[in-house]
Amino acid sequence: MRTSSEQIPFRANAVQALDDPALRATLRNITEIFTQKRADAVSSLPFEEWRDQASALRLHVLDNLEDYIGRFAGNATRAGATIYRAKEAAAAREIVASILKDRGATKVVKSKSMVSEEIHLNDYLESQGIEAVETDLGEYINQLAREAPSHIIVPAIHKNRRQIGELFAEKLGADYTEDPTALTKIAREILRQEFLSAQAGITGANFAVAESGSIVLFTNEGNGRMVTTLPPLHIAVLSIEKVIPSLTDLPLFIRLLPRSATGQILTSYMSVITGTRKPGEFTGAQELHIVLVDNGRSRVLAGAYREMLKCIKCGACLNACPIYRVVGGHTYGATYPGPMGVVLTTLLDGMERAHPLLDATTLCGACAEVCPVKVPLVQLLRGLREERVEKGLTPWVERKGMIGFGWVAKWPLLFHLGQIAGRVFWPIAKRIAGDKILGRMPDFASRPFRRRIS
Amino acid sequence: MRIQLFGTCLVDTFFPETGEATARLLRHFGVEVTYPPGQTCCGKPSDSGGYTKETRKAAEHFISVFEGDDPILIPSGSCASMVKNHYPELFKDDDRMREKAEAVAARTYELSQFLVHVLKAHEAGLAGKGRITYHASCQLTRELGVREEPLLLLRSVRGAEFVPLPDAERCCGFGGIFMAKLPEVSYAMAEEKADKIISTGADTVTGCDHGCLMNIADALRKRGSSIKVKHLAAVLAEGLR
Repeated sequence: MRTSSEQIPFRANAVQALDDPALRATLRNITEIFTQKRADAVSSLPFEEWRDQASALRLHVLDNLEDYIGRFAGNATRAGATIYRAKEAAAAREIVASILKDRGATKVVKSKSMVSEEIHLNDYLESQGIEAVETDLGEYINQLAREAPSHIIVPAIHKNRRQIGELFAEKLGADYTEDPTALTKIAREILRQEFLSAQAGITGANFAVAESGSIVLFTNEGNGRMVTTLPPLHIAVLSIEKVIPSLTDLPLFIRLLPRSATGQILTSYMSVITGTRKPGEFTGAQELHIVLVDNGRSRVLAGAYREMLKCIKCGACLNACPIYRVVGGHTYGATYPGPMGVVLTTLLDGMERAHPLLDATTLCGACAEVCPVKVPLVQLLRGLREERVEKGLTPWVERKGMIGFGWVAKWPLLFHLGQIAGRVFWPIAKRIAGDKILGRMPDFASRPFRRRIS
Repeated sequence: MRIQLFGTCLVDTFFPETGEATARLLRHFGVEVTYPPGQTCCGKPSDSGGYTKETRKAAEHFISVFEGDDPILIPSGSCASMVKNHYPELFKDDDRMREKAEAVAARTYELSQFLVHVLKAHEAGLAGKGRITYHASCQLTRELGVREEPLLLLRSVRGAEFVPLPDAERCCGFGGIFMAKLPEVSYAMAEEKADKIISTGADTVTGCDHGCLMNIADALRKRGSSIKVKHLAAVLAEGLR
C-alpha cells in the first residue's frame, strides 16, 4: 500500500463497502455498542478534567520530545534493553529482521501493534524467511483471511461470527461453528503451540515511560503477556511519540484509554516491562530490543499539525465517526482509518496520495468531542483541506465553481440573477446530473425570500 | 427591539416559507425585523471545502452588509457558527478586519438561542400540533453549544407532543460539499437518520438547519415516508397564522 504513490480511491472503495449489507450491519451494531459503552463509562466522572490534563501532558511531551526520548532510551538501556532509532519504515523493518536473523529465529509471535502494520513488518519478515504469527484474536483472524486491520483497536471489526466460523473451517479445517466461545477455543489451542515454539516475541507499546525506561502494554486477551514472557527474545516496535514522562502519569491514561476505546473501566491486562529478566526473576525475556520508529513524525512535529501526535490510538474517534460507521476501515486504504487516520495518513503519506481521504468528513465534530487527549481533529481537517486547495489538488470543476461562488457571494445582483436563472436551469441540470446530488435537492422557490419580506 | 435578519442562501432560494415564519415569529414577540437587502451567502460552502480566498470574499461582503449595532439573527446553526466562530479566524492576520469580524460575531445569534435567551419564547405558551421529533445539527450543537434551547422551545409548544430522536446529534450526512463529493456515503448516512426518525413514530421532524433538513427530507421521501420536514421556525410559528 505504502509503496504506491497512487491516490487512495476513497469514493470507489466506499461504494463497494456500502454495497455489503453484512458489513454495514456489523459496523452499525458494534460501533453503536462501543459508543454507548463509552458514554456510560465516562458519565458521572470528572472526565473533562482528565481530558484537559491528558491533553496538556501530551503537548508537554511533544514540546520536549527529544529530551524525553533521550531519557527513555538511557533508562531502558540501563535496565538491560537495547535501543534502536529508525528514521524510515524500511530501516525499522531491517533492524527487526537482522536481530531475528542474527539469532537464527524463524518464527515469531506478535501481539497487536499498529506501528508494525504501518511499516508492513509481517510481509517483510515473510520475505526474509521468518514466519510472524499474530496472537491477538482479531489480528489472527485477519492474518488467516490475509486482510489488514479495519480498526485500530478492534482489528477484525468488519467480520461477524458467521464469517469467522467459515474462515476457521476453511483455513484451519475446524468444524463449522459460529459460537464465539468455541471459535476462541479453536484459536487458543493453535496459538498455545505457536507461543511455545516461537523463538521471539514482537509487540508494540501503548506508552514508553521516560523516567523508568519501561514500556507499557494494554491488552484484553493476555496474549501480550505471553508474547513478552515465553520466548527468550522480545522486540518492541513503537513510534517515537508514545513517551510519557513518569510512571505517576500512567494512571491518567489507565483511566482514559480503555474507557475511550471500548467503554471498559480498566484494560484486562496491563504489562509494565522494565528491561530484561534480572537474576532471581522467573519471567521476562532475556533479551529486549526496542525500536523507536520515526517514519515522518519528526516532520509532523515541526509543522502546523503537530497536535495530531498527541493521539494515544484509542479508536474512540473511529467509533464516533458517522462516516467510518457506514463504510468501515478498509475503505480508507491506509493503516489508520477514521478521523485520526485521515489526518495521520495525510501527514505521514503525503497529500498527493492521501488527499481523497480529506473528503471523508462532514466536519461534524463527533470525533473531537470524544477524543481523550483533545486532538483538535476538526481544526486539523479544515487546515488540511485548505492546504489541498492551495496545492491545486481539488478537481478543476470544483475550483472553477468555487471561484464563481465567490463572485456570487460578493455581488448581490449576481446572486439574485442566479436565483432567477436557477428557476429555469436547475430542473434541467437536475435531469442531466441525475438523482445522486442535485436530484436530492428541492427546486428553486418561485419567489425567493428576498422578494417576499417587506 | 430591532434585529437584522440574515435569511441564509438556502432559505432565500429554496425555503422562503421558513424565512416568513421566522419573521412572523419575531414580530409576534414585538421585534422589528429588518432585512439588509444586499445579503447573499455567509461563505459556508467554500469554507468547508477549504477555499479560504473565496470565503473571505463572502465574509467581507457579509460584514459590510450587516453594519450597525442591531443583533443579527440567523435561522441556521451552521451559518451562525460560520459568522460567530469562523469569521474571526478567517482574518486572524488582518487586525482591522478581525476586529470587525469579532464585532459582527458578538452580535450574531442563532434563532433558537435568541428565542430562548432574549425573548423567553419558551415561556410564551406557543401553540402547535402533532408529534414532533428533532434532529440536532452538528455545528449548532458542537460549535455553538446550542443543545437545550430547541428542546425547551419544542417542549413548551401547547398541543404538540415532543418525541426524542435516538442519536439525535449524529450527523445526517449533508456536510455541504461532502454531499456532492461523496454522494453515496452521504445518502447512506441520511438513510440511517431517516430510519431513526421513522422509528420515533413522529409525524413531523424539525431542526435548525435547512441543509440537514433537505437531506433528511430526500431520504424520508425515498423511504416512502410521509413524515413532514419543517424548520423549527415553521413549527413554532404554526399557531400564529
